[in-house]
Amino acid sequence: MPEPAQSRLLVIIPAWNEQETLGAVIGELRSALPDAHVLVVNDGSTDRTSEVANKAGSRVLDLPINLGVGGAMRAGYTYAFRQGFDRTVQLDADGQHDPAAVGDLLRAMDTEHADIVIGARFAGVGDYTVRGPRKWSMKLLSSVLSRVAGTRLTDTTSGFKACNRAAIRLFAANYPAEYLGDTIESLVIAARAGLRVRQVGVKMRPRAGGRPSHGPMKAAVFLVRALLALAIALSRPSEPIAIEGA
Amino acid sequence: MSAYTFAIALCVIVVGLLFHLLRTRRIREKYAGIWIALAAVVVIAGIFPELAVWLSGVVGVQTPVNLVFAMAFVVLLAVCIQLSAEVSNLEEETRTLAEEIALLRLEVRDLDDRQRGSEGTPPA
Repeated sequence: MPEPAQSRLLVIIPAWNEQETLGAVIGELRSALPDAHVLVVNDGSTDRTSEVANKAGSRVLDLPINLGVGGAMRAGYTYAFRQGFDRTVQLDADGQHDPAAVGDLLRAMDTEHADIVIGARFAGVGDYTVRGPRKWSMKLLSSVLSRVAGTRLTDTTSGFKACNRAAIRLFAANYPAEYLGDTIESLVIAARAGLRVRQVGVKMRPRAGGRPSHGPMKAAVFLVRALLALAIALSRPSEPIAIEGA
Repeated sequence: MSAYTFAIALCVIVVGLLFHLLRTRRIREKYAGIWIALAAVVVIAGIFPELAVWLSGVVGVQTPVNLVFAMAFVVLLAVCIQLSAEVSNLEEETRTLAEEIALLRLEVRDLDDRQRGSEGTPPA
């Protein structure tokens, strides 16, 4: 199974009840990145997500229970780590992330010698906008996390991320299942472990399916939970990256 | 005096129940411990009610019964927090197991496919 020649790329798609959009996303991925391996982590879906993914030609990791994005991603990173992949890209199953932008992420990883590259909205590319309290809380989170990571980050809750081997190793062992742990806390963990985090602007497409979360009450709850997650993440002792093979 | 006897009897029943649960392995010692300790304290307080009066004098509580209630509240709070921590721990363990099961399932499916594939072609 291993193909040592060039660097092996694994695209990880966490999916929970995404049967409508998943097939198209995988199809697009395969034509945009013919060499990449695709892994769908089926997070305890009750619909035909697993079947759709299999039919579309991706490998499927079927979690027996719903663990949330954090749990799904740690399983994905563990798979990538054990199978010896050099790089991973995390992509949403709802069609928001353009597979054509994966190349930009990987190029940025090379040119900036980054361990993690975030595909970010609000970075000059695309016209994605949010308004009101949600915008303020995202701004606040970005400014704090920019300081932690030592680089300018505009979109800390983006689920579009590329990781190299060092980051895969870190996340296979330590990826929080907590609320917002897959975005905020994982960035804090990475930055604390000494990984280089960078971002590139990407254009987000409207979701092909699923539900956007808005409303002032929800925004307020989001802010409080995000701040709590951030405060806890920052106050935790940092954990070093495990040695390869350990 | 009968109220004290009642309290002591109740404690004896509780301890008996806990002992039974421990014997049948339906409760683990680390959870039963705090309840047995609590029952022991109640028994002592039941036998020597002057203790509560003396203690409330020491910590400056006017009515001894309030001290007893406050202490009961603190103990229950501690037990609740301990249980929350244990549940979180269990969840983390379940999560790890679920991930492993998914990874193993994929591995088994791969092996299965490979075996089926090699059955069709004669060995080289």
